[in-house]
Amino acid sequence: MTGKDAYLKVENLTKMFGDFTALEDISLEVFEGEFVCFLGPSGCGKTTLLRAIAGLDIQTHGRVEQAGKDISGLPPLERDFGIVFQSYALFPNLTVHQNVAYGLVSRKTSKPEIDARVAELLESVGLVDQEDKYPAQLSGGQQQRVALSRALATKPGLLLLDEPLSALDAKVRIRLRHEIKALQHQLGVTTIMVTHDQEEALTMADRIVVINEGVIEQVGTPQDIYSRPVNPFVADFIGTMNFLSGVAGNQAQVRLGDIELTTNNCPDGIQKDDPITVCIRPEDIATRGVTPDTENAVPTVIETLEFLGSFYRASLAVQDAGETTIRADFSINLVRDLDIKEGQEFTVALPSDHIRVYGEIFVHADDLI
Amino acid sequence: MAPAAAPALGIVRHKVSSEDWIMRGILGAIALYLLVAIVLPLYALLSKGFQDKDGNFTGLDNFTEFFTTPALSQSVANSLTISSISTVIVVSLAFVYAYALTRSCMAFKSLFKGIALIPILMPSLLPAISLIFMFGKQGFLTFMLFGNEIYGPIGIVMGEVIYIFPHVLMIILISMSMSDGRLYEASQSLGAGPVRTFFTVTLPSIRYGLVSAGFVAFTLIITDFGVPKVVGGQYNVLATDVYKQVIGRQDFEMGAVVSMVLLVPAVIAFAADRIIQRKQVAILTARAVPYAPTPSPRFDAIMTAYCALVGIVIVGILSVAMFASLVKFWPYNLSLTLANYDFSLRDGGGWDSYFNSVKMASWTAVIGTCVIFTGAYLVEKSKGFLAGRAAMQFLVMMPMAVPGLSLGLAYIFFFNHPGNPLNFLYHTLPILVICTITHFYTVSHLTAITALKQIDNEFESVSASLKVPFYKTFWRVTVPICVPAILDISMYLFVNAMTTVSAVVFLYSPDTALASVAVLNMDDAGEQASAAAMGIMIVLTAGGARLLHAVLTRGLARRTQAWRKR
Repeated sequence: MTGKDAYLKVENLTKMFGDFTALEDISLEVFEGEFVCFLGPSGCGKTTLLRAIAGLDIQTHGRVEQAGKDISGLPPLERDFGIVFQSYALFPNLTVHQNVAYGLVSRKTSKPEIDARVAELLESVGLVDQEDKYPAQLSGGQQQRVALSRALATKPGLLLLDEPLSALDAKVRIRLRHEIKALQHQLGVTTIMVTHDQEEALTMADRIVVINEGVIEQVGTPQDIYSRPVNPFVADFIGTMNFLSGVAGNQAQVRLGDIELTTNNCPDGIQKDDPITVCIRPEDIATRGVTPDTENAVPTVIETLEFLGSFYRASLAVQDAGETTIRADFSINLVRDLDIKEGQEFTVALPSDHIRVYGEIFVHADDLI
Repeated sequence: MAPAAAPALGIVRHKVSSEDWIMRGILGAIALYLLVAIVLPLYALLSKGFQDKDGNFTGLDNFTEFFTTPALSQSVANSLTISSISTVIVVSLAFVYAYALTRSCMAFKSLFKGIALIPILMPSLLPAISLIFMFGKQGFLTFMLFGNEIYGPIGIVMGEVIYIFPHVLMIILISMSMSDGRLYEASQSLGAGPVRTFFTVTLPSIRYGLVSAGFVAFTLIITDFGVPKVVGGQYNVLATDVYKQVIGRQDFEMGAVVSMVLLVPAVIAFAADRIIQRKQVAILTARAVPYAPTPSPRFDAIMTAYCALVGIVIVGILSVAMFASLVKFWPYNLSLTLANYDFSLRDGGGWDSYFNSVKMASWTAVIGTCVIFTGAYLVEKSKGFLAGRAAMQFLVMMPMAVPGLSLGLAYIFFFNHPGNPLNFLYHTLPILVICTITHFYTVSHLTAITALKQIDNEFESVSASLKVPFYKTFWRVTVPICVPAILDISMYLFVNAMTTVSAVVFLYSPDTALASVAVLNMDDAGEQASAAAMGIMIVLTAGGARLLHAVLTRGLARRTQAWRKR
């Protein structure tokens, strides 16, 4: 990849629970100072991977290397990491100060040094005046910050965050995302966060590792993953996506029923007349200034208009492509300017740059419900 | 990736840290303790049943003898009869009492609950002795028996019902307080009357609790030895037979056979109870709302009257024993005296036996709590070492299934064996402590496990990530959080060590006589007033421990309320 050496290397890691394979042949590199998110649906194995890296549930096969040292079989006590759990696991009978100082006390650090370090950490998370309170007297967000301070107190080389925000209210969660990211950036500590919340991953991560059913689906920057998902699973899991079934045509052509579309993103190895899935995001559908001559223009009828506050989500019936419906985002302006109503005919365009084609039939999870 | 490039799929070898070794070492030591304290003695007991006096293997001869000797086999029928009758009565009585405490709005609920728990503080001998003062030949209530004798099944059933009542009540109370209030609202809103609600909501939700209470009652009664010993008269039951064979006739082999027969219902009841408890878990969802009773003057009055009646009986039993111990010569000379408390003139070891008991109970509470809580912590929170933890889980459940008499006898066979290197323990205070800790191990262990399960499982992970060894976190975090449970366990061990007779009756020596055994021996010698006096000393001591426990728990709750909220 880059010229840098990886700080953390995971090689061919497999984790079995009895006959069940929780993780299969995972290989992965994390660079110094990077913020990496493990993203996936619940039960995909992302927490198992984090726990293997921490040594809490050591993998069945495979290697883990940190800072050039093989740590594959080491117990957690002999590894170098700080961890924040979803439950925070704050010690309820110790004050905020005692919690943060917990790891320092056993390191023969002098008392003034400990106090200074604790003060510095609490300062950076804005909890200076809460030192003598017990965890139960703090709000969820404050507890979260204490847990983070405690994990960082011993200056670990690696910070592990296991769904650190999912126990919080939506508003607090958004604020803490920025705080954690800023703190991580300021300290430059290599960080891995596990989350099932795509928005969290997109806003916080330098790189995202999408995991599903124990295997890595895609690794990339948030922009990469969002705009160039490598398969329908990733496309579906992150953001909203239209899945349209069609067949491959000549060269860069695909067909949805009677409609011919041009695309720039047709994968190799697809033959003419192969069944394919055509994907496009609702916000990528062009709505202004579309004429029948525009590239990839599609005549539709507006079935429903769902008001979502800052925009409308329209369901568009495409008669020429069987009974297909496409979801498209209409801005408030557009709907007002053109006086758009349900039942109206309306032509949109599917820009060739934004169409993604996969050579497999994908059944959207919502359609199975 | 090409298969050739993949490294060989070797299983990752976990490096076992020094911490892990410490954990395993301690766990192993506790497992070893249980092996010596329950498994090996039990083996010695079982093998003794198949031997003659000279230690030759005789197959089933002893059992044949047991079942063909009418005097012995009759005891089986007797035991089953009185246990069944007592169980039905005590479960019914306790059910109504629990119903009153949870489903009515009567006054003085905590007073009634407190009164109902009094018998826990008594050795089972004491209610029986009290019964004799009330219904014996010179009793003031003897006329109520209409010419029947208190000595025999009537006395045993009455004594057992009183003695077992609090145990059964606790189980039923717990299952009743777990009922979901919303089911009652649903039932009412659908137009069901109180009777239909009772049969469709109340009973189904507590049926496991009732069955479990029934099994526990049956086991406690059939293995209890104190009540039939005092009021059994000529009516033999299995528990008294073990005692008679061993202490009276010195026939250890037949004693072993009888105590093995006694083991059968205890093990069955134990197994059944475990199965039921597993089912009980599934009933209540996390979202259930506790039931809150609504006032109903008539119903509340009836319930108050019922509880008052039961309360009077229990308080009466205690008061009679206390009064009888304080008068010159029941019932002829009722002038007050403390002469009965001068134990030096009586059989049973005098005041020394009382202080031995306090010493033994204190050691049991201190050592027992440390060992049991540490063991429970390691079983619950250690990682890896699956085989060791599974073995431990099996071992800790064993004591529950073994009646005290069988355990005591097993200890004779095991520790008194000349070839046993632990032989020096025999007839000492330590063996009484070991035996008592073992006897009450299971319940204490389960209490500890329940408390530990409520603690975040990641504490150990966090402390490992901070490079703090587990024992520091155990001492600084786990133990402080669990102090209420630790106090509960030590109180439970102390009270039971004070009151128990069954296991230790085979193990004491003249130097280590115990108060509860002194009650037995003084009663045997016809000194009922002194027996009652010693019984009262036990009640006062156990009651004092309970009081201290309540004060400590309350003080602790106040001191720690800053971090114990929710």
